[in-house]
Formats: sequence, structure tokens, C-alpha cells
Amino acid sequence: MKLSALQQSYLNRRSNSFRSSGALDSSSDSSIKSTSAIFWLVLHGLCCLISLFLGFRFSRLVFLFLFSTSATTNLYTSPFRTASELAQTLTVHSTPIRDLEFPPGNITSMAGGSSGSSRVVVGRHGIRIRPWPHPNPVEVMRAHQIIERVQKEQRLQFGLKNPRTVIVITPTYVRTFQALHLTGVMHSLMLVPYDLVWIVIEAGGATNETASLFAKSGLRTIHIGFRQRMPNSWEGRHHLEARMRLHALRIVREKKLDGIVMFADDSNMHSMELFDEIQNVRWVGALSVGILAHSSDADETSASVIEKNEDEENPESLPVQGPACNSSNHLAGWHTFNSLPYLGKSATYIGDRGIVLPRKLEWAGFVLNSQLLWKDAEDKPEWVKDLDALTHNDEDIESPLFLLKDFSVVEPLGSCGRQILLWWLRVEARADSKFPPGWIIDPPLEITVPSKRTPWPDAPPELPSTEKVVTGVQEQIVKHSSKTRTPRSKRTRSKRKRDTKIVDTRLPVRNSEQN
Amino acid sequence: MRTGGWVFAVLIVFGFVWRIGAERNVRTERISGSAGDVLEDDPVGRLKVYVYELPSKYNKKLLQKDPRCLTHMFAAEIFMHRFLLSSPVRTLKPEEADWFYTPIYITCDLTPTGLPLPFKSPRMMRSAIQLISSNWPYWNRTEGADHFFVVPHDFGACFHYQEEKAIDRGILPLLQRATLVQTFGQRNHVCLNEGSITIPPYAPPQKMQTHLIPQDTPRSIFVYFRGLFYDVNNDPEGGYYARGARAAVWENFKDNPLFDISTDHPTTYYEDMQRAIFCLCPLGWAPWSPRLVEAVVFGCIPVIIADDIVLPFADAIPWEEIGVFVAEEDVPDLDTILTSIPPDVVLRKQRLLANPSMKWAMMFPQPAQPGDAFHQILNGLARKLPHDKHIYLKPGERILNWTAGPVGDLKPW
Repeated sequence: MKLSALQQSYLNRRSNSFRSSGALDSSSDSSIKSTSAIFWLVLHGLCCLISLFLGFRFSRLVFLFLFSTSATTNLYTSPFRTASELAQTLTVHSTPIRDLEFPPGNITSMAGGSSGSSRVVVGRHGIRIRPWPHPNPVEVMRAHQIIERVQKEQRLQFGLKNPRTVIVITPTYVRTFQALHLTGVMHSLMLVPYDLVWIVIEAGGATNETASLFAKSGLRTIHIGFRQRMPNSWEGRHHLEARMRLHALRIVREKKLDGIVMFADDSNMHSMELFDEIQNVRWVGALSVGILAHSSDADETSASVIEKNEDEENPESLPVQGPACNSSNHLAGWHTFNSLPYLGKSATYIGDRGIVLPRKLEWAGFVLNSQLLWKDAEDKPEWVKDLDALTHNDEDIESPLFLLKDFSVVEPLGSCGRQILLWWLRVEARADSKFPPGWIIDPPLEITVPSKRTPWPDAPPELPSTEKVVTGVQEQIVKHSSKTRTPRSKRTRSKRKRDTKIVDTRLPVRNSEQN
Repeated sequence: MRTGGWVFAVLIVFGFVWRIGAERNVRTERISGSAGDVLEDDPVGRLKVYVYELPSKYNKKLLQKDPRCLTHMFAAEIFMHRFLLSSPVRTLKPEEADWFYTPIYITCDLTPTGLPLPFKSPRMMRSAIQLISSNWPYWNRTEGADHFFVVPHDFGACFHYQEEKAIDRGILPLLQRATLVQTFGQRNHVCLNEGSITIPPYAPPQKMQTHLIPQDTPRSIFVYFRGLFYDVNNDPEGGYYARGARAAVWENFKDNPLFDISTDHPTTYYEDMQRAIFCLCPLGWAPWSPRLVEAVVFGCIPVIIADDIVLPFADAIPWEEIGVFVAEEDVPDLDTILTSIPPDVVLRKQRLLANPSMKWAMMFPQPAQPGDAFHQILNGLARKLPHDKHIYLKPGERILNWTAGPVGDLKPW
């Protein structure tokens, strides 16, 4: 009974014109009456059995050869009528690729009913596929423009009502990795959806090289030179950077820039959510900074150092500097960097083999409202010291907290320090490492050497330090310096065809200029 | 003269300030359909509805037998009954009623998997009408022209899930003069009478409310769709289900990164819709679907792919301005069509969708809120008043044929 009902429903689904009154009733408990229906049923069952045997619907081929008048391999098709009288039970259906046209039957008038002619037809339709169903790049661009416009509107409506200008202070100096780091920071800042002022302070005076790095950024930049040279030791570098940042803060005060001051060191990594989060600051905010204490020595990484101290600390945890909160989400203290495990292994000189360690609290983890720095702001709170009053006394300032009389007013940002929105990293090449000025090789290289062995005409220069770590292995030094040279030698391989000449001797001269 | 100038200037400033203040809020636009700004009309006082007392075998017993009727997409009939019982438009005096409502839960006969079987529905309706025509004089007075019925099933009062059979049966002859409140709407179709009121399918409002995400989450999905493209159980070869339109969407856009379409059933379905700009609402076996309701509630512009469809409350809501209509034959060019919409038009559609009266009009909340779908139904009924004098039959006049229809329908229920 179930089978016949199934077959009957199958019949009824496909046959439109075969509408002897009351014979094929919709009610499931009526039985098949007309003989022609029985005939078609038998034929259908027979064809089903044959298909079962053969493994495919051979009826499609039969009807294709017998009844199709104009079989087209056209990919576009108009909906064809399912009920030509001969195709009652076995309609030819359309595959997704090919399609067949049937002479249109006279069925729509019956199917559409008496209430006007509908162009919508019940029954089997073709599946329309266009010849190249893949995205068109121009349309994809337009779609992205629509998405961007919608998101901009969303930001206007639901996002921040009054976004404040972000004032970014970056101390930098010309060295091998400057292009790498500064370009990274520049790209991050170019993505910030708020107004931005970028104050770049350069040790050793403002140079064209640095200026050319961010010339095309489209950001509003203030490029300031600081007369002192960047020393070669990490300790000296940290001190000088602190003084450079203070100088920048004085500039903010002079120009009365209004906004939120943040410190973006050029080798740090900032996430986009950071810039959204700092908009929430009222006066002084503190963020959690992930510390990637990294050694430039390939053999010994920070991970292995931490592994040795497994008993003491959690080896997998990334050291994080930032505010510590109690259970009611108020500032309770600070997470600072514990440099005890790294005693004796820390780098002293830039480009050193040891692990570069951060200070107790990095400047990058703090943001300030620029009005704190102004001489006369209306609602400056009483716990802030005046910028001018201090800086004459002591220049040894470790973090922006020097501005505060009372540390409890600091606002912890990033869900009370639980979100790490930026990472601190210091990766530098050796101070005497050579790189082409402006990263342009001019005149073009004329020595072609295989990249495996680079016999360098100059002897590796004397290291200024007397650290026992460095003077150990001569080979390692050569390897280390060759690391900075491989990008160039790879280039020489591609320029093999050119005439060769001795490499210009300007480079060693340039190097000595750097230091 | 000078004071007049000052007053004028003050007014201008005030106007600016007020405008800027108004822009602070979510930007919405007023909805005005062909019937005017009627979404916020209050039907109370404009019509009176009398609810017949039917024996519980027509309503309560069915619900007791299968409580799933309260959550499936045809639940509007049950909630409409409950709403009318406690609504101020209800009157206990049938002489002063403008409209008469028959509380019959016609789609509450469910299979084990939850799909309603419409096979007994004609007989049940017939028996209910026989009851009301014999116990009250109001049916015979007009032969049902001032009665309304909620028939939310696939093809309305044609009472079948297969379109060809539904077309064959046509609307139940006894309901030809009554006003049908149904979800199905397609122009020039047998199963849509002139003067029917199309309503949205039932979508559970609490479930949708609990899945709301913050409004500032950026909409990053361009086109979103989750559902079947091929109905492998009933139509394995394709071409029959959805008139081949869903299959065409799949075949053309499965590789397109702008189209997030698949047959998954993710738990984050509602959240994903709120992150999408366009939501496809193609036809299935019937042209309507709850996706339209979900798209409107979540602010995703509905892309309606169903030829000649009549959308809910079409005279009150200007669907052309809110959604995007794509003909089924244009489905292969869907990406061209959608990407060539100017961004301003997209933003305007989103503003219209953000209008809270639009969202309320699509929902059946418990308890009823002003402006919700129940009120829109009443508004629609109120707009049809006053009744034409011709609907009142002379005594002894009979228009309906009580023996028309398939033989099986005439059996008592």
C-alpha cells in the first residue's frame, strides 16, 4: 500500500495534463482507478527495474533520441513545460551542465487556473548556470566598497561618538632594522580609523633616510631630530629613548596637541583593537604588554631559558607587563617583568647574542590624555605634576608614571589588563652591520658570487665590547655577520649576467659613519 | 523687525541642534506603504471582532495532543486566537461585530517529524463551518463574507503541500467569500484570493531576542544563506524544488567568496545574519519562508528570489524599497545585481529595516505589543471596512455550493 501510494504521488507530481476528473485524487486513501494510469504505472515500474539493472536512468536517453526536436547544448534555458503527453512518467530532466528543450505543451492554461495568466509555471525547471560561474574582480571590488561604506556608517552610528586624536610618539634612529620596524609601525598606524599625529623623534638628528620611510604614509607626521647619538648599549639606549620621549611630550605641550598620547616603539607590534581601547581612557591608562624576550642567537631562545626554570615559573606563559586588578576590577598593583631568570644571559650591546630584556615597566604600556601635559588646562586633576617642573631635576625617568603623584588613579584598560593588545619585541642587528643606504643598491652589484660561501674581502671588525660571550667563537661571528649579507648575495645571483667589478668601498666608510 | 530676525535666527539654531541631536540615535526612516503610514495605526476602536465558541476538538484538543504546534512556523493561528480572546477589539455581542473569527487550528495535525498533514483539513473546516452556520445566523447572512480565517499552511486554503495538487483543489469552495489570513502569497495564483491578507510566518520572538549581538559589530559578510539547495528526499535531480532557483544559486556562487552559502545548521545562525549585509530569501516548495522575518528582525537586507510573490502586509509595507527583488531567471547574475546597488541605496534600505515598527510588524510576540503582526492583521481588516452592502444576501439566496470539491472532502470529520 505504501509503495503504490508512493508511486501514485510520483505520478501525480509529474502529470499535469492527465487530469481525468477524480481519478487521481489527492486523498491518500483512494485507490487507482483508471486503466491508463495503471498502464503508465506498469510502464514506469518496468523502466525503474531496467534502470536499477543498468545503473542509470536510461529513459533519459530513450526520450532524448525519440522525442527531442531541438536538443541544444545551450547553457541557458527557459522553463519548459513538463507535460508533453508522452513524457508522463519519465520526464527528461536537466543536468546542471546541459539542458534540453521540449516543445512547450499547452498546460499552463490548465495549471495556472482561471485567474489570469501567470508566467510562473509549476513543474520542473532548468537550473541556470552561466558560462563562467566565478567572481568578477571588478564586482568584488564594488562589493568591498559597499561593505566598507556600511561599516563606516555602523561606526558612525554605534561606535564612538567623539573619537579623539591619537598622538603617537616613536623614538627611532638609523640602523639596519630601522626600515623593517618603522614600516611595520607605519602600516599599523595607517589602518587606524581615527585622526592621528605621529611624532617621530630621531636620535642623531633628522635624516632623509628616516623621512623617506614614512613619506608615502599619508599620515600627519612631526619629524624631530634629537642631537645625541644612540649609544651601542641597551642600557644607554633605554635612557636615551626615555629622554627622547620626554622631548616629544614637551612638543605636545608646546603645540597644545589635543588627544591621547601613546608610545609606539618602532619594533613593537600593535593590534587594531588597541587603538579602539585607548579611546576609553580618561586621564592615564595602563595596558598589558606581552613581552617577547628574544635572543638574537639562534641556538638559545628564551624558551629554552624558561624551560630550565620549570620548577619556578610556568614555562608556557608569556611574560606580561601591565596593571594587576583585584576581583572588583580596580587597580591593585602591577605585573612587571621579572628579569631574574635571565641574569647573566641578557644582552648588553645592541646586536648582542644575549636575550634583550625590557625595563620593569615599558613606556609602551601607558597612554595619557594630552591635556595632562598642557600648561593650563581647565580640568586638569590635582594629582598630576607639571611637565616642566620635573624634567630639569632628574632625567632618569623610567615610565610615564613620573607625572603622577598618586599611582592609584591609573585606569586599567583592555578589560582590566586581561587583553594583551600590543607586544614588546627588540630585534636588532649588530651595530656595525652593513646595509645599503635607503635599501637601494647603487651602483648595481657587480660581483656575482654563489650564495653558499661569501668570501668577504673585509675582515670582521673588532667588537667594541669585552664580553666573554661575544669573543668566544670566531666562526659564529662570521656566520652572524654573513646573515645580514645573504639578502644581497641572493640578489647578485640574479644579476649574474652583468659585468662584474669590485664591490664599492663606500660601505665600510658608511658603517663607520653610523657609529 | 530686528526682534523678528533674532527670533528667526534662534529658531534656525534650535532646528540645527534638534536635528543633530536626532542624528545621534540610530538612523531610521519612516515606512509608508501604498496604504500610507499605517504601521503604527491602532486598530482598537476601528473594528469589532466576535470570536465563535467552537468545541475544543477544533482547537484545544489538537493542541493538547501535539504541543509542537506552538513552535512551528504555522503557530500564528494559535497565537491569533489567544490574542483575540483578550484583545479590546473583541466584542461579546455578535450583533455589533464587524468581523467574525473561527478559532480552528487547521494545521495542527503533525507527522512525527513535525510537518503538518493537510489531508483532513478540508473536512475539518467544512465541519466547523457547518457548525457555525447552524448555530449562529451570521454565516448565512453573508455566506462568510464578513468572516475571516487564519490559514497559514503552505498554500493557504488550498490545503495541500504540493503545488500542483493545491492548484487543482483550489481554495475550499466554502471559503471563497471569506477573508483569508494566510502566509502564502503569489500573484495570479489560484490559492490567493483578492482581498486576502498575507502575514509573515511565525518565528519565535524570544529566541530571536536572545541572539542579538552588539550593534557595532561590523557587517562583514556580503551575502548570507543557510538552507537546502537540493531537496534530496523529494527531488533528487533538482529543477523541481524551488523551480531550480536554489540549485542555480549554489551552482553559480559556491566558489564566490562574497557569498557565504551552505547547507550547514550552525548554532550561530542568528548571529551570522546580523553580520551580513544581504540575506537570500529564495523560494522553497512554497514561495514564502521565515527567512524574511529573520532578515528583517536582524537588519539584513532580504534578497527575495520568488517570481510574483506577495509579501506580508504588502499594502502597508513598501517591500520594493526595503528588499531587493531578483527574478528567478536572473539568478546567475545575482552578484552583478547586488554589487551594482549604489551604497546610498543600501544604507537607505538598512535605515528602513532599522525602524522598530518594521521589526515589530513581522513578529508575533507574547504578550502582544502595539504595532506587532496581530495589530497589522487587525489594521488590514479595519481597512476593509465598512462592508459593502452587496455582501448581505437576501433571505433564501444561496451562492456557495456546499457539495463542490473532491468527494473525499464531503465526508464528515
